[in-house]
Amino acid sequence: MKRADCLEAIYDELAGCAVVTIMGAVAVELYSLGHRPNFFYLEHAMGLASSMGLGIALSQPGRKVVVLDGDGSVLMNLGGLTTLARYAPPNLTHIVFDNHSLLSVGGFPTATATGSDLAGIARAAGIGKAATVTDLEAFRTAAVEAISTPELACLVAKVEAVGPTSFHMDLHLLENRFEFQRYLRPDAPDPQGAPP
Amino acid sequence: MPVSERHSKLVYDALVAAGVEVVSALPETWLVHLIRLAEDDPGMILVRLAKEEEGVGVSAGAHLAGRRSAMLMQNHGLLQSVNGIVSLAQLYKLPLLMLVSDRGHLGEPDPWQTQGGKATRPILDALGIVTDELRDPATVQLQVARASTLAEASLSPVALLLTRDLMWEALA
Repeated sequence: MKRADCLEAIYDELAGCAVVTIMGAVAVELYSLGHRPNFFYLEHAMGLASSMGLGIALSQPGRKVVVLDGDGSVLMNLGGLTTLARYAPPNLTHIVFDNHSLLSVGGFPTATATGSDLAGIARAAGIGKAATVTDLEAFRTAAVEAISTPELACLVAKVEAVGPTSFHMDLHLLENRFEFQRYLRPDAPDPQGAPP
Repeated sequence: MPVSERHSKLVYDALVAAGVEVVSALPETWLVHLIRLAEDDPGMILVRLAKEEEGVGVSAGAHLAGRRSAMLMQNHGLLQSVNGIVSLAQLYKLPLLMLVSDRGHLGEPDPWQTQGGKATRPILDALGIVTDELRDPATVQLQVARASTLAEASLSPVALLLTRDLMWEALA
C-alpha cells in the first residue's frame, strides 16, 4: 500500500476537517492532491503534530480534526499518545503512516522496522480504538469510519517506503499558518461553499 | 508545604483575567496550587502533559483555533521544550505565554536544581525570548496582562519566571 493512494482515498473525507500533517512526504503528497485552506503542514517540530491536533480538538469540540502522522514522528512523542488517551477528544482522528523508516532523511529504519507496534502502543496508552491496516480498502473503510465516528481513534497504516520525487511546495509555511488560522475562525465561511 | 497558596491564586487569577482559556502543565512543587486552581476551574481547559514540549503543540493548536493559552512548567521543562519553542512557536510565529518556575536560583537548597538554574536565563536570552520575573505580588496581574499582550501582538513566546520570592511563603 502506498501512502499517496491512502491520502487520495480519504481526500474527499478531509474536506470538512481541520487537517494537521507532519513534514516531508505526507505533506507533499497531500499538497499535490490539491491544497485546501483546512490543511496545515507542520514543516518541523517532529512529534508535535498530534499535540497540535489535541490543542485544536479541545479548543473547538465541534470541529473534526485529523492528524496525519508518521512512525518517525510518533516515536519522538510517544508520551503524547498517553496525553491523547487522557483527554480522548471524540472529534480527533490520529492516522499514522508507518513505513518503518525515516524516508525523507536517507531511509534509515525506525524501531517499527524491528517490531515496535504503534497501534499496540496506542492501545496500551489508553486509546481504546487503535488498529493497524495493511491494504488500501481496509484503510479507506477504517479511516472513513474513524473520521465520521465521534470517538478518538488511532489508525496505523502500513505503507511502502516510497515518497514523492520532489519535496517542493509552493506555499510558504507562514502563508499556510495564517490561512489555516483564518479557516479555523468560528465565523469563517466554509470553503466548500456552505454558509457559516 | 510552604509554597504560597495566596500568590499562586494571584497568578492564576491574572491568567484568567488575561483571557487564558487553555493551560498545559506538568507538575512540580512550586506549581501544585496553580495546577489545582486550573483543575478546579470548570472554565479552564487543563491539559496535563507527559513531557513539557507537548505543551508547545497544544498552545499552537489552541492559538490557531482562537483560544489564549499558557504553559505552566519548571525551568527544566523549558529546557525540555526548546525544540518545540524554536521549530514551532518561533518558526510559525505563534504566541506562547510560558510561566516558568525559577528553580536553581538564589536560595535553592536542592543541588539537583542548580545546574538548570544557571542555564535558564542564558537560554531564554539566546532564544531572544522576552522575559520578566514575577516577584512582587502587587504587580503580578499587570505583568501577566502585559506579557500576554506582548505574546499576542508579537506572535512570539514570552516567559515569566516565577521567582522564589513570590512562590515561597517564608524567605529562606
